[in-house]
Amino acid sequence: MAGVRHLYVHLPFCAHRCGYCDFVTLVGKHGRHERYVEAVLAELELERPLLAERVETVFLGGGTPTFTQADALVRLLTALPDAAETTVEANPETVTPEVAALLRDVGVTRVSLGAQSFQPQLLDVLERRAGPDDIRRAMHTLRDVGFDNVSLDLLYGIPGQSPSDLERDLAEALSLAPEHLSCYELEAKAGTRFTHAWGAKLERQAEAMEGYFERVVETLADAGYRWYETANFCVSPERAGGRDLRARHNLGYWQARDYVGLGIGAVSTVAGARWRNAPSLGGYLEALERSAQPPREVEALDDETRARERLMLGLRLDEPLELDPSLERALDQSELDRLCSRGLIDVAGSRGRNRFIRLTARGRPLGGGVTAAVLA
Amino acid sequence: MDQSHIRNFSIIAHIDHGKSTLADRVLQLTDAVAERDMRDQLLDSMELERERGITIKAQAVRVHWKGHELNLIDTPGHVDFTYEVSRSLQACEGALLVVDAAQGIEAQTLANAYLAIENNLEIVPVVNKIDLPQADPDSSAAEVAELLGGHPGDVLRISAKTGQGVEDVLDAIVERIPTPSGDPDAAPRALIFDSSYDQYRGVIAFVRVVDGSFETREALRTMATGTEFEAEELGYMSPARVPMKALTAGEVGYLVTGLKDVSTLRVGDTVTSRRRQATKPLPGYKDVKPMVFAGLFPTDSDEYPALRDALERLKLNDAALFYEPETSQALGFGFRCGFLGLLHMEIVRERLEREFDLDLIVTAPNVAYRVQRRDGETVEVHNPAEMPREVEKVEEPYVKAAVIVPKDYVGDVMGLCTEHRGRFDHMEYLSEGRVMLSYELPLGEIVLDFYDQLKSRTRGYASFDYDVIGFREGDLTRVDVLVAGEPVDALSLVIHRDFAYDRGRLLVERLREEIPRQMFDIPIQAAIGARVIARETVKARRKDVLAKCYGGDITRKRKLLEKQKKGKKRMKQVGGVEVPQEAFLAVLNLDSEKKR
Repeated sequence: MAGVRHLYVHLPFCAHRCGYCDFVTLVGKHGRHERYVEAVLAELELERPLLAERVETVFLGGGTPTFTQADALVRLLTALPDAAETTVEANPETVTPEVAALLRDVGVTRVSLGAQSFQPQLLDVLERRAGPDDIRRAMHTLRDVGFDNVSLDLLYGIPGQSPSDLERDLAEALSLAPEHLSCYELEAKAGTRFTHAWGAKLERQAEAMEGYFERVVETLADAGYRWYETANFCVSPERAGGRDLRARHNLGYWQARDYVGLGIGAVSTVAGARWRNAPSLGGYLEALERSAQPPREVEALDDETRARERLMLGLRLDEPLELDPSLERALDQSELDRLCSRGLIDVAGSRGRNRFIRLTARGRPLGGGVTAAVLA
Repeated sequence: MDQSHIRNFSIIAHIDHGKSTLADRVLQLTDAVAERDMRDQLLDSMELERERGITIKAQAVRVHWKGHELNLIDTPGHVDFTYEVSRSLQACEGALLVVDAAQGIEAQTLANAYLAIENNLEIVPVVNKIDLPQADPDSSAAEVAELLGGHPGDVLRISAKTGQGVEDVLDAIVERIPTPSGDPDAAPRALIFDSSYDQYRGVIAFVRVVDGSFETREALRTMATGTEFEAEELGYMSPARVPMKALTAGEVGYLVTGLKDVSTLRVGDTVTSRRRQATKPLPGYKDVKPMVFAGLFPTDSDEYPALRDALERLKLNDAALFYEPETSQALGFGFRCGFLGLLHMEIVRERLEREFDLDLIVTAPNVAYRVQRRDGETVEVHNPAEMPREVEKVEEPYVKAAVIVPKDYVGDVMGLCTEHRGRFDHMEYLSEGRVMLSYELPLGEIVLDFYDQLKSRTRGYASFDYDVIGFREGDLTRVDVLVAGEPVDALSLVIHRDFAYDRGRLLVERLREEIPRQMFDIPIQAAIGARVIARETVKARRKDVLAKCYGGDITRKRKLLEKQKKGKKRMKQVGGVEVPQEAFLAVLNLDSEKKR
């Protein structure tokens, strides 16, 4: 019994594919939503032995989960295990009062809104369907039906985005008082339509945008948010009546816990094995309709690799990471000393006990380089 | 053979003036080589020599012409091998001075002609390539006659390529070149003018017997180095080895020594018999010392043993090559190598890369310095990183350089020489349009980029030759390059104080461009002792982080980090800073870029 307590479900359907997106998504396919949900539930049945009796978090990601046909979505959410945190990703234009109420009624506790920007011209560059008003309206709609844990996704480093555009985006987001914010630098991923169109411009802007990350961190910290993960912020407990508003599901990833992922392209990591379902819809439906495992790629994670991952993930958090012997072995101690002396990492500990490690405020924006350096 | 029927001669010429073609033609005319065995430029046995059109190692071939035995002793054609050339010339009584009818006299022609005159050789002047449309045999003949003080009418005019006039050359050798004049009955003495290494037979010495005779199986000894060996076999080259029972006074031939190390048999040394020992060696032996030094490092540190083996093998055939292990913090394990000059260095480097398939990093070349320390002790320094910071005085090698150019370029050449701390000696007109400039220059100025600049400023018309004339005191200083406060040993240099600032500036600017931004500011400095003369900063990166990382990304992100880690491992750590090897290469190549 593996006792996995985190469950991810991938809902790939979208009204339209945004240029920069490299997730597993499918446009339209209304006819297949129901069949897909049934297949996911069949996969859940196959994997149920891996799950703990009480699942802690459920996360519906996409795609655009809220684009899924309402009855199929209700069917899915009703059938999924109850959890302390159930998050659904939503695009603002899909958040109608009906959908909002439906989500509330089937036990969703948290909504993650893909806002990305509040500047119409930047939303155009991203090929987002929602305008700034849609974002604000979606937020109000969610509040109206009673959601008290909403996250906004913001992107920075968008082609043409000026420092004042960034400031306006942050101010707009803060004015909506979300409990949680995820701020990502736009990545021009190789092979996307977006990179083809904007890659060169992004490269030219790279140096000018180098300070955007710092800007985001400073602005949100000033507004009382806790920078608890490299790209994630939540209202700090003292301003939230003691509530821990970190994304519990994602925290599970960063704390290197096991998780089960359902749906096409979804990844699971359980007891030293990681598998990814093939991204093809047809193959997935076909297999699960005969209650067979969908096509998968499996990767075995040896102890060393897991230790490296625990470091890589753990160093993204603001909380110190406890260094057990296997983590100590995964570290290049002389590099660690060097970066400590450079003020990029803090190591604390007392004799005979495990040490604790975390990146300093100066080290966190350089987390990739620092982590690469200290890995043995 | 009776000495009166022996003629020993060399051919001296500037690169590409046709020495090897003439040699080939001589072999052909005298039936030394069958037509079908004829390969262009037979004497140049190494691949590299043929490709570069130069002869690196001298060899000797015996041919027969109208009842005479002619020994052609080939000479290396370059400035770095002056000493070897002088020994080859000493083995002869005469020399053919070959001049291109279209080019006229060049610096090397001159240098070697002077060497031949110093060695009391009878010079037979030959103007070659008269078949070329742009040939001006009269003008070239006039230049040569002027140089040698003879009549233009005595200058032979030939085309080695077509064979026109080559028989006259052979006749002139017999008629004009004196016969050897050693004592056939005296204790045997032979001059070693070259050696090579045969993997089955060991070191083979090429010798000119001056007095007495040598027999197979005779116990022999060299008079300068005291090396003892037996003549396992002796004979002459035709051009393959032809064994004989004896080599007698006046003859040129080879000795198979069975020795395993060429450095025990030095060019210029005298071989004698152990039983009938000569009392006086032949004159002119010099222990040739390398003057130009550079660090050679394998690009891939795993290739260090391969580099060591390759150097060992090259050394078998090249007594002048010097090397010792060197460890550089920046470049890892390698060797500090000493060369006779720049060309010698280039040849060794190319052979290592080509014949041994090695990828090398070569540090900027420097010369040998004689340093008097504060405590009065004098040391020779071959590596700038080992130059003591506190010195009483430093001496550097000087050369006498001859540059021959069309007169329109005199100003450019003078400017270049002055910029390189040259001291004007004299100038003479070789003909109406061409001038020879003589300068004294520090060798250290020449090893960096002098030759390339000379070529570019004179559009390739200049020819250049030099001879080391001794050590002189100079206002030299050591400049260190520091990365994050730590000196980079491979980039230290010794330079004249007047140039230290500019050079330091250039080095740190270039290094700043090449070192990738890291997680903290990296100061890059050039310093003389504790005094910083130039400074740049590689600004820290402000962001180096993977934007997002969730359950679906972990494997890919981990692989990205591992890749980043691997990239860092390929870099060298200096002062806690990762410096890519390319950065060192770029800085070390500053000079070759400057000429563009």
